[in-house]
Amino acid sequence: MAEKVLMKGNEAIAEAAIMAGCRHYFGYPITPQTEVAAYMAKRMPKIEGGVFLQAESEIAAINMVYGVAATGKRVMTSSSSPGISLKSEGISYIAGCDLPALIVNVQRGGPGLGGIQPSQSDYFQATRGSGHGDYHLIVLAPASVQEMASLTFKAFNLADKYRMPTMILADGTMGQMMEPVSLDMGEVETYEKPWALTGTNMEREHNIVNSLSLVPEELEKFNFERFEKYKAIEENEALCEEFMMEDAEICIAAFGIASRVSKNAVIEARKQGIKAGLIRPITLWPFPKKAFAKAADKVKSFISVEMSMGQMIEDVKLATECKKPVTLCNRAGGMIPSPEQVLEAIIEANKGGDK
Amino acid sequence: MSKSCSILFAGFGGQGVLFAGKFLAYKGLDEGKQVSWLPSYGPEMRGGTANCSVIISDDPIGSPIISEPDILVAMNLPSLDKYESTVKKGGKIIIDSSLIGRKVERDDVEVFYVPATELANKNNTPKLANMIIAGKLMKECDVIAYDHMREALAHVVSARHQDMLEVNLGAIEIGYNA
Repeated sequence: MAEKVLMKGNEAIAEAAIMAGCRHYFGYPITPQTEVAAYMAKRMPKIEGGVFLQAESEIAAINMVYGVAATGKRVMTSSSSPGISLKSEGISYIAGCDLPALIVNVQRGGPGLGGIQPSQSDYFQATRGSGHGDYHLIVLAPASVQEMASLTFKAFNLADKYRMPTMILADGTMGQMMEPVSLDMGEVETYEKPWALTGTNMEREHNIVNSLSLVPEELEKFNFERFEKYKAIEENEALCEEFMMEDAEICIAAFGIASRVSKNAVIEARKQGIKAGLIRPITLWPFPKKAFAKAADKVKSFISVEMSMGQMIEDVKLATECKKPVTLCNRAGGMIPSPEQVLEAIIEANKGGDK
Repeated sequence: MSKSCSILFAGFGGQGVLFAGKFLAYKGLDEGKQVSWLPSYGPEMRGGTANCSVIISDDPIGSPIISEPDILVAMNLPSLDKYESTVKKGGKIIIDSSLIGRKVERDDVEVFYVPATELANKNNTPKLANMIIAGKLMKECDVIAYDHMREALAHVVSARHQDMLEVNLGAIEIGYNA
């Protein structure tokens, strides 16, 4: 196994992307993800075929991603919340053209320009398709610097496999913190890309990459086909971590940094004799519905711990078909819940008894 | 018994609190411990406040955020004012007494007054008060050992500043013996 090094989450994303074969990075600086761009600026020029380009705006950057993605090359951009809103028009086009690309969102508090401290309030934006039209991104939510690397690597493979954009949904804490990382990423999966715009060399028909479709019957067909693909992804790619769930009576749902805080609270609750457990979605879309559905038959209640005004809680309720009560334990605007706050919510939920 | 230590290293931007924290994290990593390093980030720059949370542990680390540190390092008065009350009962506070005039008010923590800035100036390394404090911290923190310092430092001293390795080692030693 590769030696462990200390890296910031943002740097781990950048290095893993390069290891995954990404040679094209387009971005525009914004706190708290700027280290991704800074790392790429340093590394890409030293790699054969490596391109780092700081665009004049987020909108320009995502459209450069759109262009490279159409050629079948691995490409990415990264930003933070307000920048992702700007990029969302382009993301919709990329999804509409069925192109693989990676978009990284290191979230900060919002709405509007908001602040620069960590947040998870772009959950809806990420999981419901950030721009206009019917589409999804595969959304991966790392909870350690190691996962910032490994899920970035995985995101490129998934993007190629399903021919669609993928997203890393992190937050300011995950981006800024350092932890030991092993950069042992495994094999890069390669996929045939007969659709890519690589020049016909006068030897084949033109490939066309386009999201415009003025005949509604055709456009409807494309949408139905795309959702067949989404169904397969929901079936095969949902991922989560279950922590102390075997005999849990109170189940916490939390992702990213909120899951780390929640883990501390679960351990403390167990010390106090309360059977708490945690389901941590690793993929936010597809949401790990089965794990929650299974838990709904066993636990007394759920607590959704989020750094937002309550967004994932809707998916928890849908996945559990509201069989058990789901409460919200949250902070917002760049604040992070403390283990004590989560523990209190667990104690409160435990008092609820078998109601 | 498995051990764990959470350290909040706080001071002015420019005093090297993030650097010192990174050194401690690498020292822990070299010893095969679990570590996390989380900086405050924001519109801070030289003169503003900065801090980092470092956890060194035998067990996997849950939250990297420290609400009750085992050890607080305060390298300026605003940091002491802000974080004195958060230190765990029975915890430790290490203070740069050259820069902080007042005493710690709590009597349920162990306090070490180190005139780090003065010692750094005397040693002709005025920028290394951070490493003097780090040396003192290593003496008072039983989770990491006072050995193989050069190797740990080599991770954090950048390639073009390798000539600074010796003076950093010297500063740590001054702090350890202070």
